[in-house]
Amino acid sequence: MNRKQKKNLARIIVAAALMLALAHVPLGGWQRFLAYLVPYLIVGYDILYKAGKGLKNCKAFDESLLMSIATLGAMALAVYEDGDYTEAIAVMLFYQVGEWFQAYAVGKSRRDISALMDIRPDYANLEQENGSLERVDPDEVEVGSIIVVKPGEKIPLDGVVVEGASSLNTVALTGEALPRDAKVGDEVISGCVNINGLLKIRTTKEFDESTASKILEMVEDASSRKSKSENFIAKFARVYTPIVVYAALALAFLPPLIRLLGLGMAPEWGTWIYRALTFLVISCPCALVVSIPLSFFAGIGGASRQGVLVKGSNYLETLSEVDTVVFDKTGTLTRGVFQVSAIHADKLNEEQLLHLAAHVERYSTHPIAESLRNAFGHEADGCLVESVEEIAGQGIRARVNGQTVCVGNALMMEAAGAEWHECDAVGTMVHVAIDGEYAGHIIIADVVKEHAREAISALKRDGIKQTVMLTGDSSKAADKVAAELQLDTVYSQLLPQDKVAKVEELLQQKKTGKLAFVGDGINDAPVLSRADVGIAMGAMGSDAAIEAADIVLMDDDPLKISVARRIARKTLRIVKQNIYFSIGVKVLVLLLGALGLANMWAAIFADVGVMVLAVLNAVRAMFVNKTTI
Amino acid sequence: MKKTYKIEVDCANCANLMEEAAKNTAGVKDAVVNFMALKMKVEFEEGQDAKAVMEQVRANCKKVEDDCEIYI
Repeated sequence: MNRKQKKNLARIIVAAALMLALAHVPLGGWQRFLAYLVPYLIVGYDILYKAGKGLKNCKAFDESLLMSIATLGAMALAVYEDGDYTEAIAVMLFYQVGEWFQAYAVGKSRRDISALMDIRPDYANLEQENGSLERVDPDEVEVGSIIVVKPGEKIPLDGVVVEGASSLNTVALTGEALPRDAKVGDEVISGCVNINGLLKIRTTKEFDESTASKILEMVEDASSRKSKSENFIAKFARVYTPIVVYAALALAFLPPLIRLLGLGMAPEWGTWIYRALTFLVISCPCALVVSIPLSFFAGIGGASRQGVLVKGSNYLETLSEVDTVVFDKTGTLTRGVFQVSAIHADKLNEEQLLHLAAHVERYSTHPIAESLRNAFGHEADGCLVESVEEIAGQGIRARVNGQTVCVGNALMMEAAGAEWHECDAVGTMVHVAIDGEYAGHIIIADVVKEHAREAISALKRDGIKQTVMLTGDSSKAADKVAAELQLDTVYSQLLPQDKVAKVEELLQQKKTGKLAFVGDGINDAPVLSRADVGIAMGAMGSDAAIEAADIVLMDDDPLKISVARRIARKTLRIVKQNIYFSIGVKVLVLLLGALGLANMWAAIFADVGVMVLAVLNAVRAMFVNKTTI
Repeated sequence: MKKTYKIEVDCANCANLMEEAAKNTAGVKDAVVNFMALKMKVEFEEGQDAKAVMEQVRANCKKVEDDCEIYI
């Protein structure tokens, strides 16, 4: 609570207490009026002041002016009939309660969401030339400086580790609880928290260009891109107040005049003016105008906590309408790195075959060699590897523990005189021959991501009608992945420009719903921007992906796609609930008020009560239910 | 040219009114008020002096909502 909020709360409490106390004081006539005027002025003086200003600026539909007319009117009626003053005071009182609550709730959500995104670094420990440390504003650190990050501190700027090793907590960036390791030579990004070791980092980016700043800017800017719902509400608000005010005017004058002149009955001015005043109480569209952007803000904030960055309210809205998801294969559904996917040993056992192959490839920098070494794991054992010879276009030959081992393609096997055979498995075959005799082969292939299958089934369960995969790979490899993941449609052997054409074709075929494209942000920027909503994944540290996409998944877990969509749908559900509920209650109370069935208390509920409920409902969008993910 | 300004405003409807007022100010091509982030993004027309235009924007905003502030 800030000072203004505290002061207003005090005013509300004092006025309410006075009003309740006055009910027990036996006063009559003018004394009673003056006594009740005190709490009215305590709670409403600023509104009256603003109303005066509104009048001066000729703002007929100023909220404060309307509230003042309604309450002053009710006071006047009470004086005239020597009736109940509490109604007028209560209207002002609850109006202030509503204003107070709105300011409090919005301020709290602002703080909560910035706390969720607690990645803004406050300082950097800059290493001086003499080796001492100076604590400086991250803004002042130049590219290429050496900074020191102690355990428990946030990494303030993107850079490369030059000394030390540690685990990094990336939960604020990715929603991923598992820490990442950082060692010398690794790139690290700002916003991560250093858990245990001391790290010396050479910065590679300025503060404004660093990941943490970019993400914060993006999340804050997101609510500037307004959704259709928000635009609708803004338009609605512009016409709503004038309509209600004109209706109130008509209600105050037409029925009494008709009764008086047309029907010859008593005009009952008091009754009709009272009904008109209830209209004025409901004339503010506050509930809608505050709760809709708040819902989107909360939804976007909740999503960023899960490592899903949404660049605009409009994208959240579009995502909730998606019923077709198009995936890129490599890097999105598959890891995009080669791994040993099968070992078919003819002579030795599988472990031994891999062991030999890894030894022969010990010094090679080829990606295949790397995947063999990774698969074997404990490569540096006591085996004797000598006379390693790389044969271009074929493979590698070496002597391992006295035996000549050839590891390579079919050409190499033929050169070595080994009788190799074909295999059904998809991927690159690496043959192994020992002393000219065929020993078997190892299949190296791009592997499907751990959660890819779960991700597809989760999307289908949530009502996605069509899942499509686009790839430049061979149809054999593509079909295998598609079958494994149970995708509906596959288009393979596509060039990058074909992917755009395919997405356009799919967009044309669609009659309802929206299309989302999921890629890794590398080479697929045109497709990302062509789709209704472009989702880039694995974006930690990739500027290209952050630029091109509408929604960015910070880590590369495809399961986050359905998480993002659920958040979007929940947010839009809340938005719709608020729209229907707020408009519904207001229209209902207006109708009842016109018929004389709703008094000012009902009008207060339609104004303030609905706003409080709508705001509380909107805040719900921030919480992502873990169990439904 | 686009610039972002920090603003202070209490109610969401007033923020919408400020957006309207800013949009209708001479020299402003487009304006977006972000109530949740309390920011105003203004796109100026070619060759306009941002500072002078913003003074006008602030004056116009004060007309529609007395209780607001734009930090130029």
